[in-house]
Amino acid sequence: MIPARFDYEVAESADHAVELLGSGPDAKLLAGGHSLLPLMRLRLARPELLVDVGRLGDLSYVREDGDAIAIGALTRYHDLERSELLRAEAPIVAHAAGTVGDPQVRHRGTIGGSVAHCDPASDAPTVLLALDAELVVRGPGGERRLPVAESFGGFLATTLDPQELLTEIRVPKTGADGWAYEKLTRRAQDWATVAVAAVRANGGARVALTNMGPTALRAGGVEEALASGSDPAAAAERAADGTSPPSDHNASAEFRQHLARVLTRRALEKALG
Amino acid sequence: MAVTEEKAGAWIGKPVARKEDAKLLTGQSRYVDDLTLPGMVFAAVVRSPFAHARIKRVDVAPALESEGVVAAFTGADLAEDWAATLPCVWLVTEDTKQPMHRPLATDKARYAGDGVAVVLAETRAQAKDAAELVEVDYEPLPAVIDPEEALAEGAPLVHEELEDNRSYTWALKTDNADDVFSSAPVVVKERYRQQRLIPNAIEPRGVLAQYLPAQDEYTLWSATQIPHILRFWLAVTLGIPEARLRVVAPDVGGGFGSKLNVYAEEALALVLARRLGRPVKWTEERSEGYLATSHGRDQWQEIELAADEDGTLRGVRVRLTVGMGAYLQLVGAGTPILGAWVYGGAYDIEAYDFECVGVFTTATPTDAYRGAGRPEATYAIERAMDALARRLDMDPVELRRKNFITEFPKTIASGLEIDSGDFHGALDRALELVDYEGLRREQAERRAAGDGKQLGIGLATYTEMCGLAPSRILGVLLYAAGGWDAATIRCLPTGSVQVFIGTSPHGQGHVTTFSQIVADRLGIPIEQVEVLHGDTSTMQLGLDTYGSRSLAVGGVALYKAADKIVEKSKAVVAHKLEVSPDDLQEEHGRFTVAGTDKAMTVQDAALHAFTAHDLPDGMEPGLEATFVYDPPNFSWPGGAHVAVLEVDTETGEIELRRYVAVDEIGNVVNPTIVDGQVHGGVAQGIGQALFEEAIYDEEGNLTTGSMVSYLVPSAAELIDLELDRVSAPSPTNPMGVKGVGETGAIASPAAVINAVVDALAQFGVTDVEMPAKPERVWRALQEGGAR
Amino acid sequence: MRRIAVTVNGERHEAEVEPRDLLVYFLREGLGLTGTVVGCDTSSCGSCTVLVDGESVKSCTVLAVQADGREVTTIEGLATNGRLHPVQQAFHEAHALQCGFCTPGMVLASVSLLAENPSPSDEEIRHALEGNLCRCTGYQNIVKAVKAASAA
Repeated sequence: MIPARFDYEVAESADHAVELLGSGPDAKLLAGGHSLLPLMRLRLARPELLVDVGRLGDLSYVREDGDAIAIGALTRYHDLERSELLRAEAPIVAHAAGTVGDPQVRHRGTIGGSVAHCDPASDAPTVLLALDAELVVRGPGGERRLPVAESFGGFLATTLDPQELLTEIRVPKTGADGWAYEKLTRRAQDWATVAVAAVRANGGARVALTNMGPTALRAGGVEEALASGSDPAAAAERAADGTSPPSDHNASAEFRQHLARVLTRRALEKALG
Repeated sequence: MAVTEEKAGAWIGKPVARKEDAKLLTGQSRYVDDLTLPGMVFAAVVRSPFAHARIKRVDVAPALESEGVVAAFTGADLAEDWAATLPCVWLVTEDTKQPMHRPLATDKARYAGDGVAVVLAETRAQAKDAAELVEVDYEPLPAVIDPEEALAEGAPLVHEELEDNRSYTWALKTDNADDVFSSAPVVVKERYRQQRLIPNAIEPRGVLAQYLPAQDEYTLWSATQIPHILRFWLAVTLGIPEARLRVVAPDVGGGFGSKLNVYAEEALALVLARRLGRPVKWTEERSEGYLATSHGRDQWQEIELAADEDGTLRGVRVRLTVGMGAYLQLVGAGTPILGAWVYGGAYDIEAYDFECVGVFTTATPTDAYRGAGRPEATYAIERAMDALARRLDMDPVELRRKNFITEFPKTIASGLEIDSGDFHGALDRALELVDYEGLRREQAERRAAGDGKQLGIGLATYTEMCGLAPSRILGVLLYAAGGWDAATIRCLPTGSVQVFIGTSPHGQGHVTTFSQIVADRLGIPIEQVEVLHGDTSTMQLGLDTYGSRSLAVGGVALYKAADKIVEKSKAVVAHKLEVSPDDLQEEHGRFTVAGTDKAMTVQDAALHAFTAHDLPDGMEPGLEATFVYDPPNFSWPGGAHVAVLEVDTETGEIELRRYVAVDEIGNVVNPTIVDGQVHGGVAQGIGQALFEEAIYDEEGNLTTGSMVSYLVPSAAELIDLELDRVSAPSPTNPMGVKGVGETGAIASPAAVINAVVDALAQFGVTDVEMPAKPERVWRALQEGGAR
Repeated sequence: MRRIAVTVNGERHEAEVEPRDLLVYFLREGLGLTGTVVGCDTSSCGSCTVLVDGESVKSCTVLAVQADGREVTTIEGLATNGRLHPVQQAFHEAHALQCGFCTPGMVLASVSLLAENPSPSDEEIRHALEGNLCRCTGYQNIVKAVKAASAA
């Protein structure tokens, strides 16, 4: 229930956070804390230093930036869910944010924290993958951008350097229609057993899967099938191609693959219908 | 809508808003973890990570070096502190095997979570830090979790001093059973799983123990349902005089059977407080509680029904294999036996054959969980009745109607007597409320249309036995306690009344319900009734709260204590008014003399009895009465529940649409509180049917080890229930009341799973194991469709 | 140790805390506000829900240092001048509590909901309380109470 001891520093700016991250061997960023603190309380995580970026108010925003919507990494789910701009221009983000955890979690949890935690059962990475979002990260050498797909390193691991801080997420405008996020959970507050994000694009769709492998995954087979003229029902049959979902008390890998096909068909029918 | 009555008068039957609420709503409640004593230290228990392992070495020295640590002990260090094993009060047969159960294991850990050492420190965090430093060398041994596997030849022995893992075999059989089964034209045989459940009272367990060396006095504050029983058995386990131990149950945050026990930590805290001379607090962490607090169910059930071709039910045969877990807890052995008499359900049968085998496994001990034996019984008979209806191609409603018990009192085949009931009335009302015919039409339409969401309608009619009593029957059944309870009413001179009750509420609203009884019977303004409970120093007589007994036993004791107050008041009043007691009429504590304006109240009598200036010759001063009530029979609620749900045949998801519960629970004191009991019980039963399951892996690790993976349903998973009642007041007590605390949990798993199977029957599905999670539904559809 | 200043129920408190101290223990053991209780260790049950700057959070998953400079409302701070908050009153009238352990968190989650959505539907109430577990009531009367408070 009580975490092991650690040191704690408050970051005054993004650059300060980067500097603090470099000051210790096992430093972790603390944003909303809703991925990290539960692990620390069960003593499954024992960082030596927490760098609190939760007070960097200038990293909490949703704004229009040309063809993209720019989302500050410290924007909370609660704010994403209610963002009029997102609801109009990239509604899948607002919708998925509203399905995360419960209201208390959404009052604290941030989209950047979720991306940086890289949990395959999280909603944000999947939705951002389906949107082909771009990440902006700050490191000791300055700022760089990368597609969200390139940030996925593996189960609970990103490719970001330990001293890098995610500052912004950029998603393309989709308009009001042409998207779906189909999520199956046992209880409302639970992580997705399986979820499927579909976003209409290039005459077909980009499709991404939650909890079907070590990270959020693109359903490449489905996208190819759509591109080559398959109807959604036929394309959805390929949703589990190349996936390696976990087996747990909620579902076996085999059932998850079945669910991926069913939910993909439903998502495509909504997004393309 | 609840109301508060201002005037004296008829209070029984009124939806009075609860007196308990104010403190609970404002943070002024006092649960055990809220209590602090000067010099208090915090205990942390070091628990085995292995389900089964020999303990080779335990070294607490590194923990003793840790900041803030006051002391640390191994199981061996404390082995001499125990005068007796932690108790099991219901060794159900003469030869039931009860192995030694010490608060800390010394030789072997027998389940993941078995305590092996304890650390005490100045703060909670320091105790936790230091507990991690205790070094334990384990030699892991093979685990066995499934009770059937534990009975198999060559299974790992949980207790090596025993020849096998069997604790007991308990049987009950009518002489005609074999004949009926061999001659019946129809026999259906079903096999069901009652999965392991974790009770999940939202308040974790906790204890605070104090020892005053100069007085040789112990006090234990515990999150318990049973302060009185706890006092007795802890005195035995510690080998101390019962008179030296006071047990207090302060505000307690739910129990559902999980706080109906004598736990290792309760005994440990007392011994540690004695050793240290400082108060000791231990508060369970939730994930720790999942290992260390008793679980429920864990049964394999085989049930056979013998019937005639026309649907007349003739006999029921049951074989249970039940996991006890690693040790026998307080009533663990007896829990499945609490269902042993009611596997015949609400039906008139001639033959009965029941056998239960209790088995040790390397898992957390099982014990009572809401309904304790009767949800299992109801599930088996009600699922099997649906199976029989399918076999005979009868409507499940008609099959039930054909077989209901209709005459009361009724001695059932298992040998007990049902006092009263109205099964037809309850079922008729439930079907009317739910619009059964309309639902069947909708179901037919959806089936015809091949709808992706199929409608299921499930019934459960039930009877159950609660309020365990009379004591002499419990004695015959080898239950070590009685079935009575006690109440004392003390009328204070200023008109207020103190009520001392032997029951120990933890959410049931006894303060309000019992205030209503006293206000009604004695005419005392309800706000002037003080109800005291849960402290062995204020109420010594009591057998606590479990098994839906508090109103049916304790409430009746209070009612009869009020009778005694009225009787004595009558003598006082007659003397003051100079009339014969026979000339007095009494209603709600007000005495009048016909044809005159003379009147006095119980409150007036209380003042006279207190001053004692002018009492009848030889009368004892004071107005106080105690009644110890030992009921002549169990309490027999019954009813009919209907679940309506939709099943997504692609994903296996289930959505509840309606739930109708019509219960027959005799007379009602507070309908709002009764409704609340039914709501909570049904919610727990739905939890069992659709969500909850304690799962162990091959090594005996609990893989559903936290609230993230063990799925207690939230508001978002449940729906509004539709409740109604029919009434057949109990003839065995003067209030005509019955128990209601468990009815919801007893009826609902069967109703829900019958609905799931009903939705999928067209696809050849006959069973979906609990919890009916999406994957199970999907697999049942695939296997059913293949038939 | 770090020095923090937190306004709790309108009163400013300064304290030295360890970084690992959870807000819930700061409230319970530091300030003696035991109305906020701990029901689990995985942010699942919601019993420890308090308001931080008016919004519901689970105080077992917030460090006390994260609350530095914030305003916290606990169940003890909800009634004003001896009058129950409308949500507390509605819980009483609708019999929305039994053992009472989940109640402070349930009430504060409801207060937070009504601040964001003054007239929620039953469905919205049920989803807004998805992070608060109650084992006694089956939630029916809780939903009823929140509905009644929303109309108050």
